[in-house]
Amino acid sequence: MTDFQFPLPKEEYMYPGHSACPGCGEPISMRMLLKALGPDTIMNVPAGCCAVIPGVWPTYSLKIPLIDHAFECTGAVSSGIRAALDHFGKEDVTVVGWAGDGGTADIGLQSLSGAVDRGTDMLYIMYDNEAYMNTGNQCSSATPCGANTTTTPGGKSHQRTKKDVMKMMIANGIVYGASLNPAFPEDFMEKVVTAKGIRGPKFLHILSPCPSGWKFDPRNTIKIARLATETGVFPLYEYRNGETIFTKDLKNRKPLEEYLRLQGRFKHLSQADVEGMQRVLDESIQKLLKEE
Amino acid sequence: MNYRDLPSMPVAAQSTESITTGDWRTIRPVLNKDLCDRCYHCWAFCPDVSVIVEEEGSFPKVDLNHCKGCGICSTECSKQAITMVREDL
Ligand SMILES: Cc1ncc(C[n+]2csc(CCOP(=O)(O)OP(=O)(O)O)c2C)c(N)n1
Ligand code: SF4
Ligand code: SF4
Ligand code: SF4
Ligand SMILES: [Mg+2]
Repeated sequence: MTDFQFPLPKEEYMYPGHSACPGCGEPISMRMLLKALGPDTIMNVPAGCCAVIPGVWPTYSLKIPLIDHAFECTGAVSSGIRAALDHFGKEDVTVVGWAGDGGTADIGLQSLSGAVDRGTDMLYIMYDNEAYMNTGNQCSSATPCGANTTTTPGGKSHQRTKKDVMKMMIANGIVYGASLNPAFPEDFMEKVVTAKGIRGPKFLHILSPCPSGWKFDPRNTIKIARLATETGVFPLYEYRNGETIFTKDLKNRKPLEEYLRLQGRFKHLSQADVEGMQRVLDESIQKLLKEE
Repeated sequence: MNYRDLPSMPVAAQSTESITTGDWRTIRPVLNKDLCDRCYHCWAFCPDVSVIVEEEGSFPKVDLNHCKGCGICSTECSKQAITMVREDL
């Protein structure tokens, strides 16, 4: 007899052989999400790495149905799938709209806002690799300041910000929101199960490290994801009934430098730049802690 | 394949298992059973569903037809039981 326990449910809803780059953070999260949701799930994805991970036609890597559609309409397609399911009385099927940061924060924003406004019962996921990665790393409104992309070769200007889509969605009327990180599987799974049990529009923000675009050794994907939360760059929280609760400690943080120095996209930053960014981060976290 | 052999609708019906992404690999995970405590973190974090655990309590195995050699299993193993070894190219 052994008393070893699997850290996640054993059922697999993903086949190997999909087309993500080695060490991509996205399939790790997609696999965990499906383990938490189970087989009664329909997913829809726009253009992006999310469209190649399910496989290159005629092959397919998931064990649940999926619709692949145009770049700007994830929210609208989720609303349509929901309407069809409701027509056939299949209320227990979860509809997942899974889109990138470009597909959510930029090009799909009006479609998502419409779906939230209609009160669509869906689980909308923004997997955030912080740029347009499938087309070779162009800056999006979710790219963090200082990060190099092909369209911000010297780093994204500190005059700009990382768009806070969660805040917009809360103002828009979501019933549940949370940030998720695949480096914390228990927290991840709990939030997905909670979201599944709530009717109405729900928005999840998943951090998705991209070895190709962030320029790091693929063996460090989970290490970097974990550091993002431990340094406070990507706080883990849950929003419900007008309240935000942090699900991982924000008070004792590791230095931001540990996170930045593992990634080539921040390589050009001077020590003074890093110190400046640490101050901005500390201020924003102080603000968050006061709001809680 | 002739276009007539393709399905009439753009529906994917074949699993990606037929695609041997193991060909992409330049380094390969090798397990040292003496160090492994079967916590299965390697299994939980593998992006390519390529760590196989046949039953609870057994040692993890790697599906070398699909493992892309990213090395995440090696980094995340707290027992340092997985070493990445260069493939003969
Ligand atoms: C209307 C439209 N514009 C541009 C493209 C080209 N395109 C395909 S994927 C992609 C990048 C998507 O970025 P994001 O949503 O962040 O997902 P990621 O690729 O980073 O996973 C772009 C620009 C497209 N398919 N459709
Ligand atoms: S480009 Fe980045 S996000 Fe896209 S598959 Fe490769 S590693 Fe993943
Ligand atoms: S993570 Fe390491 S110790 Fe745990 S099962 Fe895998 S090889 Fe064994
Ligand atoms: S090297 Fe990467 S793909 Fe291969 S088994 Fe380990 S985690 Fe999976
Ligand atoms: Mg992106």
